[in-house]
Amino acid sequence: MNKPFTLDRRRLLQGLGSLTLSFAVPLDLAVAQTPPKLPGDLKTSPMLSAWLKINADGTVTLMIGKVELGQGILTAVTQICADELDVDLGRVKIISGDTAVVPDEGTTAGSQSMPGCAPAVQQASAEVRQILLGLAAAKLGQPVESLKVSDGTITGQGGSQATYWELVTGKELEREATGKTPLKPASEHRYIGKSVTRVDIPAKMTGEAIFLQEYRPEGMVHGRIVRPPTYSARLADAKTDQVESMPGVLKVVRNGSFLGVIAEREDQALAAAAELENAAKWEVDNLLPGHEGIYDWLLKAKSEDKEIHKKARSGGGETAKVIEATYQRPYHMHASIGPSAAIATMGNDGTLTIQTHSQSVFETAPAIAKMLSMDPAKVRCQHMQGSGCYGHNMADDAAADAALLAVALPGRPVRLLYTRDQEHKWEPYGSAMVIKTKAAVDDKGNVLDWDLEVWSTPHGTRPGGEPGNLLSARYLEKPFKQPVPRNGGPPNYAADRNAIALYDFPGQRVLLHYITEMPLRVSSTRGLGAYANVFAIESFIDELARSAGADPLEYRLRFLKDKRARDVLVKAAETFGWDKFEKKENRGRGIAFAQYKNYAGLCAVAMEVDVNRRNGRVRVVRVATAADSGHVVSPDGISNQIEGGVIQSLSWSLKEEVKFDNSRVLSEDWASYPILTFSEVPPVEVSIIDRPGEPYLGTGEASQGPTSAALANAVFDATGVRFRRLPFTPERVKAGLTV
Amino acid sequence: MVDFSLNGKAVSVDAPDDTFLLYVLVNDLRINGAKYGCGRAQCGACTVLIDGEPVRSCLTATSAAAGRSVTTLEGLRDGEKPGRLQQAFIDEQAAQCGYCSSGMILQAQALLDRNPTPSDGEVRAALDANLCRCGSHNRIVRAVLRAAREV
Repeated sequence: MNKPFTLDRRRLLQGLGSLTLSFAVPLDLAVAQTPPKLPGDLKTSPMLSAWLKINADGTVTLMIGKVELGQGILTAVTQICADELDVDLGRVKIISGDTAVVPDEGTTAGSQSMPGCAPAVQQASAEVRQILLGLAAAKLGQPVESLKVSDGTITGQGGSQATYWELVTGKELEREATGKTPLKPASEHRYIGKSVTRVDIPAKMTGEAIFLQEYRPEGMVHGRIVRPPTYSARLADAKTDQVESMPGVLKVVRNGSFLGVIAEREDQALAAAAELENAAKWEVDNLLPGHEGIYDWLLKAKSEDKEIHKKARSGGGETAKVIEATYQRPYHMHASIGPSAAIATMGNDGTLTIQTHSQSVFETAPAIAKMLSMDPAKVRCQHMQGSGCYGHNMADDAAADAALLAVALPGRPVRLLYTRDQEHKWEPYGSAMVIKTKAAVDDKGNVLDWDLEVWSTPHGTRPGGEPGNLLSARYLEKPFKQPVPRNGGPPNYAADRNAIALYDFPGQRVLLHYITEMPLRVSSTRGLGAYANVFAIESFIDELARSAGADPLEYRLRFLKDKRARDVLVKAAETFGWDKFEKKENRGRGIAFAQYKNYAGLCAVAMEVDVNRRNGRVRVVRVATAADSGHVVSPDGISNQIEGGVIQSLSWSLKEEVKFDNSRVLSEDWASYPILTFSEVPPVEVSIIDRPGEPYLGTGEASQGPTSAALANAVFDATGVRFRRLPFTPERVKAGLTV
Repeated sequence: MVDFSLNGKAVSVDAPDDTFLLYVLVNDLRINGAKYGCGRAQCGACTVLIDGEPVRSCLTATSAAAGRSVTTLEGLRDGEKPGRLQQAFIDEQAAQCGYCSSGMILQAQALLDRNPTPSDGEVRAALDANLCRCGSHNRIVRAVLRAAREV
């Protein structure tokens, strides 16, 4: 991994002042007869030196390919590293997401950081500890078994000591992990399983420089770009002379329909971009179905159809009734509070360095190289934190645009920042979807056959090394064509993520209609298809329970065999007080459940709502959840993700819909795309089920789907009316109640 | 030239009169706290205090600060340590990405300055026009209430 950067890596690590190991590593550890079974991302990056560095100054450098998005991953892996290596938390310094330095762990997405990165860090730390113990044993002349470690100080019998920091005086940890070093038992953990202060939060609360937006390299200048008025518009003409003569303007960059400006000061860049926008003349066409027409469009569009699941019915009685329903979700935005930004510098040595908040630095760097016809070894992406992204927002586009500007002005770091309306109108949304469900039930209302069909445009257009996935590359004079997105099959799926119900029905069939044409730009948005698929499944099973005259919780448990799934449902119901709930007028309760990707984090959500029949406003009174993320590393980290996921999903489900007409996106700011505010946010209670010794499952995308369905189910309970089209705006609810 | 007090220190900036305060703070005065979020005074990420009153610096002319006292997130520190409200946000782990936090903390500071013992509802009302996308709202409210308790 990172082969083009081998030399760079050494240079960089020397720059950290680290020393290297002086003793030969015992051979029996280094030689493996058969390829070892390594956990997580150690499989693809097995060198211990790729992950860890023991420094002479008493610190440990931990290098990871996953990046911080506000989900707390840096803190969780720091806890794990400190525990397995036997050092205090404060000694661990992290470098993450620098393509020249860290192991390639792919994209930080899909709730994969805990399953992929955490076990790798844990095993690597344990193995490095064992190597250090071996070195100490040799130095102290005592057997390894007699040594004890406390915060990097190894003590032998009679009190003789050696420290990690003095043991490393020769060679690096340049050897592959064996996978054989045992991990500590949970009883010896100091940090794992405990909530510690997140490593990045104090700086963020006090205004220390930590965000990309606060990085101001010497000589930095400011870039802005001008986007076309619509997706398909092409630049017909742009008189740039006047803009070029404006104060502070260093460069106007035009390449096909890509238009940008660089100025000394940010206010000058803003003024020049405004003038450039006036000067640009565009050819526009009208091709979009509009936000009201999108559902008919989805059902009629050319699609790739695939039966992703087929379980022929086994057992069960006669069909007494067939029940059908159709569910719809609109396009949603990631809607990061901070618009995307990047800083790119075309160095005199021909190396392009880009500071970016991309989730996929290892794939974005080569995509940018290809866009610029550069040697991939000459493009380096360094992750710096940005505003929360919740999936593939415009981070990569900003990196590409900064690069396009920077190559036009070599030697100066160019900072590119989008405006709010650029981020709102051009980001790749979560796809609109239609889901149709049908169930054959027996005379007791029990499901015999369950049938679900999904219509969706793609959920994954990340760069993947392809310039055609970078927005501006499609507008260059020699445009890059966007590759046809692939859906991705089991076990993760994408549009059809969580489309297979976990319930043990006698028969089940799931059919995907995958539409590769994209009226609006789309890509991975937290949960991908799972949000809408779980909304449909968990709404529909509620409808079936009602039809059967059964309690929705009891009805689910009839068909749910998996113990951990049953446990989260029951726990959420207990936390909510399901059995004690007293029904009042216009008040209702709802419950829903999912296991993300059907194999990752489990979450059940119960909530109470109050519906105002006069104005259609739905007020969520309270939410109770239960989560099982496997072995718990940070309880508060899990709580934070579940709470945030519930609140974000309530925002999507109550308020959010990207509006567009036949030519352009109309949702251009927070007024035209409102999100949930403080006065609308309910209390959210989280019960965590710890599973010591079980794999880390990830949490970030566990709660959104169940939240949307619990909401729909609670609104039904309150009103007797079933709402199947998201979001449940006051207008829509009022209209539904007065039919 | 515009002269004002920034976090208790006199500053003088040479920027065009119509330059918004946010850009002067971030670029000329190297302030990290104020964040660009929307440039339309809709989200609150750029909130700073002028003479104790919260303003949206993205649409506030720099000249509006002339001769007055501007407080940013940096100005709430207690020497080298986090200030009381900042510490309460840390103690409650009241953030995910933390991009909106600066505006939240300053808006909350303005609330506590005029109402030292707000209720849960009063905190929500005071912060209602500050947007958080990560869903940290309840933690933020708890942090403000904690700071109020710990006076």
